[in-house]
Amino acid sequence: MKKYWHVINIGIQNTLTYRMNFLFRCVFGFVPLLATIALWRAIYDGRTDTISGYSLAGMISYYLVLTIVDALTAVNEDDWQIAADIKDGNISQFLLKPIDFLGYRLCLFGAGRLVYMAVAIVPTTLFVLWFREDFSLPADAATFGYFLLSVVMTGLLQFFLSYTMALLAFWMQEVSTVIFILFAFEYIASGHLFPLDILPPAVEQVLRFTPFPYQLYFPVSIWLGRTTGAAVGQGLLIQAAWVVAAYLLARWVWSRGIRKYSAVGG
Amino acid sequence: MNAPLPIKPPQRPHGLARYWTIYVALWKTSVTRELGFKSNFILWIFVELLWFALQLSFIAVIYSHTDHIRDWTKWEVVLLMGASHFIQQIFLAFFLTNCVQLSELIRTGRLDFMLLLPVNTRFILSLRQVDLGGFVNAASALAVMIYAARQLQLSPGVAEVFGFLLLAGAGVIIHYSLMFLLACISFWTVKAQGFVWGYYNLFNIARLPDSAFRGFFKSFFTFVLPMLLVANVPAKLLVNKLSSPSEMLLLLGMSAACLLVSEIGWRGSVRRYTSASS
Repeated sequence: MKKYWHVINIGIQNTLTYRMNFLFRCVFGFVPLLATIALWRAIYDGRTDTISGYSLAGMISYYLVLTIVDALTAVNEDDWQIAADIKDGNISQFLLKPIDFLGYRLCLFGAGRLVYMAVAIVPTTLFVLWFREDFSLPADAATFGYFLLSVVMTGLLQFFLSYTMALLAFWMQEVSTVIFILFAFEYIASGHLFPLDILPPAVEQVLRFTPFPYQLYFPVSIWLGRTTGAAVGQGLLIQAAWVVAAYLLARWVWSRGIRKYSAVGG
Repeated sequence: MNAPLPIKPPQRPHGLARYWTIYVALWKTSVTRELGFKSNFILWIFVELLWFALQLSFIAVIYSHTDHIRDWTKWEVVLLMGASHFIQQIFLAFFLTNCVQLSELIRTGRLDFMLLLPVNTRFILSLRQVDLGGFVNAASALAVMIYAARQLQLSPGVAEVFGFLLLAGAGVIIHYSLMFLLACISFWTVKAQGFVWGYYNLFNIARLPDSAFRGFFKSFFTFVLPMLLVANVPAKLLVNKLSSPSEMLLLLGMSAACLLVSEIGWRGSVRRYTSASS
């Protein structure tokens, strides 16, 4: 276990090497959030009713909580780096060392998220304070607990899926197109653009059968109290099932890929 | 017998003509490069189309719950999104790859070779590669705009179309100038991809209707980073939403100002260049 702590340490240092780059990314990331909130304000301007049960405050809360979950779980550059490791033959060393590549990358991912959180906590807190009148906290401690559990699984699900996509580099020269195609579906179907329950019910029902809502929307809906009661436990179970499935898929793709691996330049 | 013709050195084109010849050659190499990765080329076009469709579906979802965002109706916003995408794709076709590569050239020290070439360095850095997929995607953006214009029963005249293209050009210059300026930060911090990709977030603002914004946000993104002018002004010209011609002048003026600032920034930055590992 000790070696993996070491990896986390390296990950933190790597991220901090180019801290300006990182900080800039954090700060600029908030611009679309501001724009989206302004857009919804304009839409609610002069209306007194709610949109699918969302008041303006509810809608703003949705995007704020979404930003928090995203900061905690989003895969940033991990997939590009994994694909590059495979293409350049860097993974050869992991085949020789007593360290598991998936575990190694998971540690780096965790380290990256830790640093990102540490940096993003300042602008995020400022934002939440700025919109404090519209911001709502989870109803009780239990809800917050379920939220945290769901966030951890969201992070794992995001990571395993990105990892699997990056492993396609065993077979393809260029994986970025495939990654962007999946990302597009994730972006809309995970609730990044708008809460999924403002969609027509039929569309929302279909989405529930995909892993996408569990990559972002689900923990946010727990926080906001839009998923309550038995639905929380049920959702957490489905989410756990998706995590296990994604993990097994990642392992399987790796074992297939490693047979094709030709150690370029390694 | 005729006197032998004096041997003349081949005429080298001068000034603009010379740059034109160079640019044509750069186009040829870009086309050759793209043809080398045909399937990848087509996949990238598909990726861009998908993301464009995604933005449009966001609008469709919003307008399933409301019939206007301030004074903007659904098809007007679709036309605006089309205009924004068009401008963004033309920018991407000519400049984006080159701006992104600048930080890599600095990090590896390969900028040395660019500085040694007997042409204006900024010219060669900005226009080295052409991304042909951008033109295909710009065409899809135009198709969406035309469809939206038909829904709105607009029939713009020659002057309006020409005006749109001129304003769109000014928008492209703004994107280019700001992105180039951001890429110049690499002279200070070495790794600047974050800055360049950060700019991508700003595209998100350019495609939203300007009247949704108020106060400081609106002023900042009009007068400092003129994102709310880039696509809004050309689109408003087409849908007859311009309150006065001064908005057009503002876009043209900001475009010139951005270009000037980026030139000053570039000259200040390149002076710091010390090369790497050579």
